[in-house]
Amino acid sequence: MSERQRADHQLNAAVPADGAHAAVPKQRDPGEVVAELDDLAVWFPTPAGVVRAVDGVSLRVRRGETLGLVGESGSGKSTAGLALLRLVDPTSGTVRVAGEDVTRWSRRRLRALRRRVAMVFQDPQASLDPRLTIGASIAEPLIVHRLTDGGAARRRRVDELLDMVGLRGELADRHPHELSGGQRQRVGIARALAGEPDLIVLDEPIASLDLSVQAQIMNLLRRLQRDLGLTYLFIAHDLAAVEHMSDRMAVMYLGRIVETGTPAQIWRDPAHPYTAALLSAVPVADPQAERDRRRIILSGDIPSPVDPPGGCRFRTRCPQARPECAETDPVLAEVDPDHRAACLFAGEAVRAMRSR
Amino acid sequence: MKPVLAVEDLTVTIGTRRGPAHAVAGVDWAVRPGETLALVGESGSGKSMSVLAATGLAPRTARVTGRVHLHDTELTGLTEERRRRLRGRHIGFVFQDPMTSLNPVLTVGRQVTEAAEEHLALTRRAARSRAVELLDLVGIPSAGQRVDAYPHQFSGGMRQRVVIAMALACEPDLLIADEPTTALDVTTQAQIVELVADLQQRLGTAVVWITHDLGVVAGIADTVAVMYGGRILEQGPVDAVFGAPSHPYTGALLAARPDPAAGGGDLVTIAGAPPSPLDLPAGCAFWPRCPVRGDARCEHELPPLVPVSAGHQVRTFYPKPSDGERR
Repeated sequence: MSERQRADHQLNAAVPADGAHAAVPKQRDPGEVVAELDDLAVWFPTPAGVVRAVDGVSLRVRRGETLGLVGESGSGKSTAGLALLRLVDPTSGTVRVAGEDVTRWSRRRLRALRRRVAMVFQDPQASLDPRLTIGASIAEPLIVHRLTDGGAARRRRVDELLDMVGLRGELADRHPHELSGGQRQRVGIARALAGEPDLIVLDEPIASLDLSVQAQIMNLLRRLQRDLGLTYLFIAHDLAAVEHMSDRMAVMYLGRIVETGTPAQIWRDPAHPYTAALLSAVPVADPQAERDRRRIILSGDIPSPVDPPGGCRFRTRCPQARPECAETDPVLAEVDPDHRAACLFAGEAVRAMRSR
Repeated sequence: MKPVLAVEDLTVTIGTRRGPAHAVAGVDWAVRPGETLALVGESGSGKSMSVLAATGLAPRTARVTGRVHLHDTELTGLTEERRRRLRGRHIGFVFQDPMTSLNPVLTVGRQVTEAAEEHLALTRRAARSRAVELLDLVGIPSAGQRVDAYPHQFSGGMRQRVVIAMALACEPDLLIADEPTTALDVTTQAQIVELVADLQQRLGTAVVWITHDLGVVAGIADTVAVMYGGRILEQGPVDAVFGAPSHPYTGALLAARPDPAAGGGDLVTIAGAPPSPLDLPAGCAFWPRCPVRGDARCEHELPPLVPVSAGHQVRTFYPKPSDGERR
């Protein structure tokens, strides 16, 4: 990181993380922060150089809400999610869970963290042990965290968890290959629920499922949240799904959050040119709308995270890039209440792109 | 206009240890010059297998019946060698993962024109300049230099462009695109969709686009065939099928996607999962999951494909009347 970037980052860190505006009176109690990333960087050394997967990300997840994290491949969204479980080691910055700084926790202490923060992965086939029965897979976290007393209690709890995710109790004796993709993902969710976690990180939980099954899983996740008061970090590349699932959302590009806001703000009134381009690229199942729409086609590919562009990271592909964009690394700044964008020409650039 | 490729009563049965899998259970479709036919369906619906079988690329263990016409030639009766030649000359393929089509140890230039050297009898030098031309056509910047690069030096989106250049090298009449954007990011997908639409307009190529993404279909297709359990449940002009879906499955599929313009209520779901090709229901394949669930006939009798409006057909005993009929 250059001196200039470091200075920008400190500035970034000084801005309260999204939504926490002490000066702005809130209608609703903002709620307890369950998990928090503060100016997090996760860098990976590779033969090609240091990959800056996450490079200065601050976010807060509050109890009972769904924070949606959207971005394309290489944006760092999954790495940010893994950092909340300390499944990757932060290079700098802080990870806080339930008020405790877990950034430097030892392997032994992390076991307790893994009960508080659970994860559901994209591919339920890969995340379930093929040799274990479904019941044994769900019982595993109960044993590891010593949550049930004896086999009978454990079996009762497994039954209860299967019921919560809409699976019949007799599936406990089956193996993963005997289940459909949707059923396997339900098992993944049951496992995540086992430890009654404070936060569930959902990393592309519907991406490998058939369309008709995606809707089932999204409805299930929302019902469980309502019934159990769960807190989600919903990570996906599917903008419509994130919009549907989230109370607030954050858009990532090349290791940074470029825009945060409510789904309605982001969908109707994006302030960052990248968000606007992303939205315009999402195909909708309406032939007339597809013919009428004006697409913002971005040129080129996402730059290498080994050597991100100086200044604004999006400027090399931004249809509205101006000379200033190479000079200044923009920080997330408020464009509307609860709506922030990291663009020197936030709002204005999008209006110019859309009116062309 | 006569179809480039027409498939009639095609079935594909694959022998497995657990019995015969009816991957394709009788489909008919045709694609005309300059037209895009989208085959849409969930996994296991038979959409890819019907195209692979039609072009002679089904696995060896598959038994294929039915008739396939490439222009005027009936393909199923031909020798493998003759079919291979016709395929190479007339059909270009683009698959989901560009790396399955690219050889990692050959330069992209060599690969783009490898087939053309054989089918069009190009010299090495002519082939190289043709490769530069094609890479330029598919929007690869500085094609003159990139022609000597290897696949690993390209991004995912650029690799898919190389595969499209390869598919176009023999100036095919038909491009078969099997989930060509599924592995790509949405902004890259938009680039590739626009590229194919632009090339099609310029070259008049017919396109069969296989996908599970209804949004992509809405943007690219002239006609669409919705597949389920190895059969077509509904087909017709894209505006008719999307504007007035007549099969309960099509309607439910279109309603299952979250719509940011609508409220945030629960999504419409289809209970259960698609049927296994090892165990297709006797009657309508969608019957066990159908929200309409008409009567015993649905369970025991296969509904025929019946017309609902011009060019719009549906396979159900309970079609929803189209807007045209209501008016």
